[in-house]
Amino acid sequence: MLLEVKNLKVRVEDKEILKGIDLTVKPGEVHAIMGPNGSGKSTFARALSGHPGYEVTGGQVLYNGKDLLDMDPDERAREGVFMAFQYPVEIPGVNNAYFLKAALNAKRKQQGLDELDAMDFMKVVKEKLKVLHIDDSMLQRSVNEGFSGGEKKRNEIFHMAVLEPALAVLDETDSGLDIDALRVVSDGVNAMRSPDRSFIVVTHYQRLLNYIVPDYVHVLSDGRIVRSGGRELALELEEKGYAGQAAAGAR
Amino acid sequence: METLVSSPAWVKERRDAAAKRFADVGFPTTRQEDWRFTNIAPIAEAQFAPAAGSFAQAASLVQSVAFPGALRLVILNGQFAAGLSDLSAIPKGLRIAGLRDGARDGTDGLEQHLGTVFSIDAHPLAALNTAHLDDGVAVFVASGAVVEAPIHIVTVTGGDGKAVTAHPRVLIVAGANSQVTIAQTFIGVPGDTYFNNAVVEVVVGDGAMVTYYTDQRESERAFHVANIQARVAAKGVFASHAFSIGARLQRHDIGIALKGEGADCTMNGVYLADGERLMDTHTSLDHAMAHCTSHELYKGILAGKARAVFNGRIIVRIDAQKTDAKQTNRALLLSDEATINSNPQLEIFADDVKCTHGAAVGQLDEEAMFYLQARGLTRIEARGMLLHAFAGEVLEGVKIPALREQIETAFFSALARDVQLKS
Repeated sequence: MLLEVKNLKVRVEDKEILKGIDLTVKPGEVHAIMGPNGSGKSTFARALSGHPGYEVTGGQVLYNGKDLLDMDPDERAREGVFMAFQYPVEIPGVNNAYFLKAALNAKRKQQGLDELDAMDFMKVVKEKLKVLHIDDSMLQRSVNEGFSGGEKKRNEIFHMAVLEPALAVLDETDSGLDIDALRVVSDGVNAMRSPDRSFIVVTHYQRLLNYIVPDYVHVLSDGRIVRSGGRELALELEEKGYAGQAAAGAR
Repeated sequence: METLVSSPAWVKERRDAAAKRFADVGFPTTRQEDWRFTNIAPIAEAQFAPAAGSFAQAASLVQSVAFPGALRLVILNGQFAAGLSDLSAIPKGLRIAGLRDGARDGTDGLEQHLGTVFSIDAHPLAALNTAHLDDGVAVFVASGAVVEAPIHIVTVTGGDGKAVTAHPRVLIVAGANSQVTIAQTFIGVPGDTYFNNAVVEVVVGDGAMVTYYTDQRESERAFHVANIQARVAAKGVFASHAFSIGARLQRHDIGIALKGEGADCTMNGVYLADGERLMDTHTSLDHAMAHCTSHELYKGILAGKARAVFNGRIIVRIDAQKTDAKQTNRALLLSDEATINSNPQLEIFADDVKCTHGAAVGQLDEEAMFYLQARGLTRIEARGMLLHAFAGEVLEGVKIPALREQIETAFFSALARDVQLKS
């Protein structure tokens, strides 16, 4: 089992947002988390990444059998958990390639591998850039600074491709993307699908799931998973909307 | 002292006048506007012995900061130390003199310029330095000469555990249309207490270009005071880049007087303090003539209970029409207990000028911290990356790679020390 979430409860400021989430992810699976605004989807993603603003008040998360919640955000990353941000942060003065090399080497060190020098790193990077149709110039810019919305999301997928996580959490990666950018991002994700890599795809819209076809779909409402199913559940949601899902789940 | 007796009359006169001035005004106190936030009573009260001769670690300290490709001038406890210096490759058009020998030998230009670049009346500690005027170094660049190799002035101070005081003195005279780059490193034995009170005078001739790097890495228990003062003639270009990492108390008075039309200057700096240390930077830009430009950018990083004072004075005199002056001062406070007093001081008497200033004090961007950590960097690594980015704009101004590397290394080890202090 890659990830086991048991009765996870999370508070943001004074408000309980997640009221008991259960989810099991096996290696190679793609799980979509859907739900209306305010249902807690992004809170779930951020809690998994260890954002300090999200306080876990109950439950347990095991990652490869280890207590994920006990790890600092950077430890989680080095252990192979990647989060693609809904709003990637602009960091003026920090070179994108320099940062990514530091991140990759931090992970390699954890795995007991040699750190890559600049030449080897560029070799890895050039290959990934080609797959994602990303221009070289993005490497030499400051992290996300002045990037368009689409460039930011592509940069997230690019980081993911280089860091090769075991578990990737995509937090509304489709928001703000036009159809071409959506295709590029989805192609990048699909190219990375493998039996030893899992994805949790958080999205409001079914649209993304036409490109990244999930194995399982879960519907979140008011901090709980109210329905789970296969891909057909997403299509049903598109047709009928989120209204009534909580009730349907309760039946 | 015999050496003092043998000084020429003009040196004695300047020394005596300064001694009288200092006797009249004494050490500044916090009742004076320019010293409101910087209490130097610990210096006034301490019984610092005049530094004499050498000390055990002097040579190894010099070696630790030396870099290849530079001419090296060493000022050891205020005295020019020819034996530690490297003057093996003095190019044509460059003259270098120890101040004491130069004064004795009547070195051309010394009497004309030494002690004339700025008035000590407003700078009591510069008066104290001049009152002890005895030795130091002078650099003369002939008109039209372009000196390729940087001149590295290593100022090393110590007393084998005894609390000493020294008054290093530097004079740079760049003739018309000459070019020269100078780096001055201030260093002492880590942990030593001493009081280093330096004066640097720079004369930038018509159309000359002078770059001056100051790398202050004194012992974290030292008191460091420096006046770095330049006078720039028409179409002259002067750039000061000051990096301050050491000292328990630093007071820098960096002044540039633009005295000819079309002169240009840069005044940049980064300061970093932790523990209970104090970094005081007073800058002064005197736009005396028309069509001059000035660019000033200072960045401060303060951790622990450190304090900083930044006072940025810009005077635009009545004749200085078409002045273009820009001043920016930014500081990052890494702890709740660190403080800064930041004060832009613009005095504008001409009416057709462009003068802007901005000051900002903030904390590290926690969302950026989280973003970097979420990709696998530890909190300390992430912080280092953001601080490096913050200071980068100024660090990039160091065009001597070996010096820049030294400064960056010192910068990060100071940050690491702050982390240790906290835990």
